[in-house]
Amino acid sequence: MIAASDLAPSYDLVVIGGGPAGLAAASLAARAGVSTVLFDENPGIGGQIYRAITTTPVADRAVLGEDYWAGTELAADAKASGASIVNGATVWSLDPQRMVGASIAGKVRMIEAKRVIIATGSQERPFPIPGWTLPGVMTAGGAQTALKAQGLVPSGRTVMAGSGPLLWLLAAQTLRAGGRVDAILDTTPWRNWLQALVHLPDFALSPYFTKGLALLREVKAKVPVHRVDRVEAVGKEKLSEVVFASGGREQRLPADLLLLHQGVVPNVNLANAAGVAHLWNDRQLCFVPVLDADFGSSVPGIAVAGDGAGIAGGTAAAERGRVAAIAAVRALRPEATLPDTQAIRQKLQREEMGRAFLDWLNRPAESFRQPEGETLACRCEEVTAKQVRDMARIGCEGPNQMKAFLRCGMGPCQGRLCGLTVTELIAAERKMTPAEVGYYRLRPPVKPITLAELASLPISEAERKAVER
Amino acid sequence: MFKRLADAGTAVAITVDGKPVAARAGDTVAAALLAAGIDHCRTTPVTGAPRAPYCLMGVCFECLVTVDGVGSRQGCLIPVREGMKVETQLGKREAGR
Repeated sequence: MIAASDLAPSYDLVVIGGGPAGLAAASLAARAGVSTVLFDENPGIGGQIYRAITTTPVADRAVLGEDYWAGTELAADAKASGASIVNGATVWSLDPQRMVGASIAGKVRMIEAKRVIIATGSQERPFPIPGWTLPGVMTAGGAQTALKAQGLVPSGRTVMAGSGPLLWLLAAQTLRAGGRVDAILDTTPWRNWLQALVHLPDFALSPYFTKGLALLREVKAKVPVHRVDRVEAVGKEKLSEVVFASGGREQRLPADLLLLHQGVVPNVNLANAAGVAHLWNDRQLCFVPVLDADFGSSVPGIAVAGDGAGIAGGTAAAERGRVAAIAAVRALRPEATLPDTQAIRQKLQREEMGRAFLDWLNRPAESFRQPEGETLACRCEEVTAKQVRDMARIGCEGPNQMKAFLRCGMGPCQGRLCGLTVTELIAAERKMTPAEVGYYRLRPPVKPITLAELASLPISEAERKAVER
Repeated sequence: MFKRLADAGTAVAITVDGKPVAARAGDTVAAALLAAGIDHCRTTPVTGAPRAPYCLMGVCFECLVTVDGVGSRQGCLIPVREGMKVETQLGKREAGR
């Protein structure tokens, strides 16, 4: 384990996030002779897709599937590259001068970086339905994390609801592991096919096509699937049943666990706080950073690679990490020998091919993105959709003013679970586009740290004298 | 809600609100709570509603607990350690008390 005191005061390259993009970037840069440190807040490397890749207790390889185990090579490659890989390291600050604030085991260090690659990936899109804060309601990604890292499988009455590849993958993995899935509530609107269909030929050529079909077949053979346009979690102190409806016909299922998923979106908090410009992406219904062909952002020396650059999946993330790392190495050490960039870009292009189809097909319905009434928009501060809508209607112009009015986005998650909802609700009420409404202005610390952690910063004699009488 | 696959790691003893809980090496605090069937880990500051781990990837902050006396720790990011004391976190406070 690397401690805060083992770190150098500066590095050529700081990579933030240890998923496929971060691992591939750090490995390539370190091998090209660039001093590289990778910070990741989780106990081990792999990010979400390759979560616990070096430690998973799930021994039967068929359970998680070969796409998961592909992470083994990436992890081994990064470990052997000479990059310093620091787990349990929370990066809570990054400024435009590329000063990185990291906290490791309660000790804080400010690290200078000549180049930074943000590889903080994606998070699940908020899924604000009635009752989504009840114990017993979790994200599908959360359940998958528990399976990969701890070998935990759903065993009670389990319902999965939503849309997108991860939902079907989790269902298949759960069944293979001997877990229980009582029903899948598919929220994908039929009309999405209208926009998706033209992209089907491209998707048919992508690696995801045959895999996707096989997954659907595997799960549908064992689990009843309902097409639904409404889902509610019901219970007093915890989930007791899931209510769903299709075309007005309501059904109820007793349940212990409801797993929600409607796709993933870039985790923008660190990049946004560093001043990186973002734009609304209408196909993916989220904000994505503005990037050049090398994934360089609007802030000089800061790149954003992986799903944080816009959703494209794990294998594309690794290629994006390599492209960003090559640009960093070229700037830092022009004499270094580098892999063939053209080949990497071609691979990346192939990985990204089927994305338009997946995006259009799995675009969540408005009713699952723009809640109404007493449904909570902001989980932390318990702000309802009605409150946000009412404020927008009486003149609140944007998410930042909404913070002052309702405190939404000001709880510990710092808008991660309400930001997109609040932007979309304001846009809907004020007849504007989400692009015009914009997003929360985020500021460091992007993760909470204690005063004791801050006080652990090394202080020079001169600094001490400057404030002591 | 969850069961463990048979081959999961060696035992680690922790306490949750003073009661012994059998965790396993490789568990995070949040995973240990889920595996033990503990149905909530905190109550909210606004209405006092019960909450449980939601995303398990450091994003949602629903799994905030007190770990060895330090409050508001993200249970999903902290590995369990032998003898660790975990407490559920009561969010709601009333002025003057």
